[in-house]
Amino acid sequence: MDLKDLYRDVIVDHNRSPRNFRQIEPPRHDAEGFNPLCGDKLHVYLRLKEGVIEDISFEGSGCAISVASASLMTEALKGKSEAEALTVFERMHGLLAGSDDNIGDLTELGKLAALGGVREYPTRVKCASLCWHTMKSALTGTGTATTE
Amino acid sequence: MSASPLPQSTRPDFAALREDFPILHQQVHGKPLAYLDNAASSQRPRQVIDAVTYYEEHDHANIHRGVHTLSQRATDAFEGARKRIAGFINAASERETIFTRGTTEAINLVAQAYARPRLQPGDQVLITWMEHHSNIVPWQMVCEQTGAELVVAPIDERGQLRMDEFERLLGPRTRLVAAAHVSNALGTINPVAEMITLAHDRGVPVLLDGAQAVPHGSVDVQALGCDFYAFSGHKMYAPTGIGVLYGREALLEEMPPWQGGGDMIRMVRFDRTEYNDLPWKFEAGTPNISGVVGLGAAVDYLGAIGMDAIAAREQELLAYATERLLQMPGLRPIGTAEHKASLFSFVLDGVHPHDIGTIVDHDGIAVRTGHHCAMPVLDFFGIPATARASFALYNTEEEIDRLAESLLRAREVFA
Repeated sequence: MDLKDLYRDVIVDHNRSPRNFRQIEPPRHDAEGFNPLCGDKLHVYLRLKEGVIEDISFEGSGCAISVASASLMTEALKGKSEAEALTVFERMHGLLAGSDDNIGDLTELGKLAALGGVREYPTRVKCASLCWHTMKSALTGTGTATTE
Repeated sequence: MSASPLPQSTRPDFAALREDFPILHQQVHGKPLAYLDNAASSQRPRQVIDAVTYYEEHDHANIHRGVHTLSQRATDAFEGARKRIAGFINAASERETIFTRGTTEAINLVAQAYARPRLQPGDQVLITWMEHHSNIVPWQMVCEQTGAELVVAPIDERGQLRMDEFERLLGPRTRLVAAAHVSNALGTINPVAEMITLAHDRGVPVLLDGAQAVPHGSVDVQALGCDFYAFSGHKMYAPTGIGVLYGREALLEEMPPWQGGGDMIRMVRFDRTEYNDLPWKFEAGTPNISGVVGLGAAVDYLGAIGMDAIAAREQELLAYATERLLQMPGLRPIGTAEHKASLFSFVLDGVHPHDIGTIVDHDGIAVRTGHHCAMPVLDFFGIPATARASFALYNTEEEIDRLAESLLRAREVFA
C-alpha cells in the first residue's frame, strides 16, 4: 500500500487550497458535523433554489482527508438537484465504506473518486465521510451530524 | 518522580530488556515496529505474559472460600500479588490496596463512596485544567448529584499548574482535591507534595491520578501523604482491565461500599447485611484474577530493574527526543513544563495530527493523535488535536530518529 494512494495530488491540492471555504448568508440550509474521535469540526452551508443546490460551502478544521473531501464535495454538488445530491451521497458512502453496490461507474464520480484510497484505511473513513453526513443533515434539516 | 543520571556501573542493560517484549519484534507496513504510544497503553514483557499463562494453565479457580486446592492456589496468587503491589507503592498495608478495573473505576469509586455522601450544595471539588476526562467527568457527575461545584485550577503557557491560583482556589468550601500526578496530554509532573501540603493545611484530602506516574518513577504513597491514589495496570506493562485504588485506611473504613455483591459481604440476611473487611469491602463480584496475577508479575519485573533506573533512562529518551524534534521546522511542542515525564506532544505546521498518525504508521511508527481524552487542555492551547510520542523503558534513540525522519516525509507529502 502506497501512501500516495491515500494522499493523491488532488487531495493534497484541495487540502492546501480548499474551495468554497466560506459561509453562505441566510436564507440557507446549514448543519454542523463533529468527529469526536479526532475533534474535526465542519460547518456545511447550502442554498437551494427550486430544488437545486445553487450554492454550497463549508468552514471548519480537520485533517487533510476531511478538508479535501469537503472541498471536493462542494465542487461536485453545486448545480445538482436535491435528489441527485442524495444519490451522490449514497455512492460516496459505498466508495468510502467499501460496499461496491452503490458506487456505480467510478468515472461518473469524477474527482471524488480520488477519495477511494481511504477505504484501505478503516481508521480514516470517518474523516472523509463527515462532510457528506453533514451535507445530508443540512439538506434534510436534521441538525448536527456526528460520525458516531 | 525525579531522576538523576544513571551511573554506568548500575545501569540496567536496556537493549537486553527490550528483548523481553515479544510484540516489539514485528514489522508494520514492512518496517520494524517503533511503538511510541506507551502513554495510551504499554506492552507486556514475557515475564508478565508467562505469569498470566501459567496461572490460566495451572491455578485458575474462583478465589476466597473455596476449600479445594485450585481455589487455594488462586487465592494465594491473588492475595500474594496484592501484597507485592501494596509494597510497590509503599502502602501501609494490603487493606489500603483495592483492585479496580483501572484508574477510571478507582476515581469513580472515590467520587461515589467518599465524595457523594459528604458533599453538600455549595461545596467544591478542586481539579486542574490538565486532567484526563476520567478525572473530570466522575466529579461532574457527583457535583450534579449533590449540588456541589467543580472548580478548575488553571495552567500556564508551558502547561504547568499555576500554584498561586491553586492555592487561592483552595477555599473554605473545598472538600476534595483531585489532580493528575503526571499529565497524559502534556507530560507535566505536578508538584504534588506541595499541593498536598497546601490542601492538608486546610484539612482538604487529595486524590492523585497516578496512571501516568506509576510506570515512570518511584511512587511512595506514604511519603507523598496523599489520601487516595489511582493507577492502571496496562500502562505499566501489565494487562488491561486491572487497576488499583490506594486509600488511607481511616478514610476507607468510613466509606460505605460502592457496589454490592459477592465477596464484599461477611453475612447476608434479607433484613441486614454485614460488609466485609478492607480491602474486600470494595471488591464486589469475582475480580479480574489473572489481571491481578499479571500486575503482580509487572511490579516484580519493574522492581527488579528499579524504578529510579527506569526514570533516568526515560529522561534520556525525553531529552534526546526534545532536542531532535525541536530541530524540525514548523514543529511546536505542546507542554514544555520544567518537570516532564517521558512524552512529547506536538503539532506540525501544515500537517494535521491525524495525517501525521497515518503517515508515520506507514513507517512502522505508532504514535497517538487526537485530544488524548483531555479536551480542555487542547482548548487551552487553542488546538483541536496533537500528535504524541510517549516513551517506555524499551524505546531507543534510533526509534526517535526514525520518527523525526518520518515527520520530514509528512511535511514533504503536504509541501
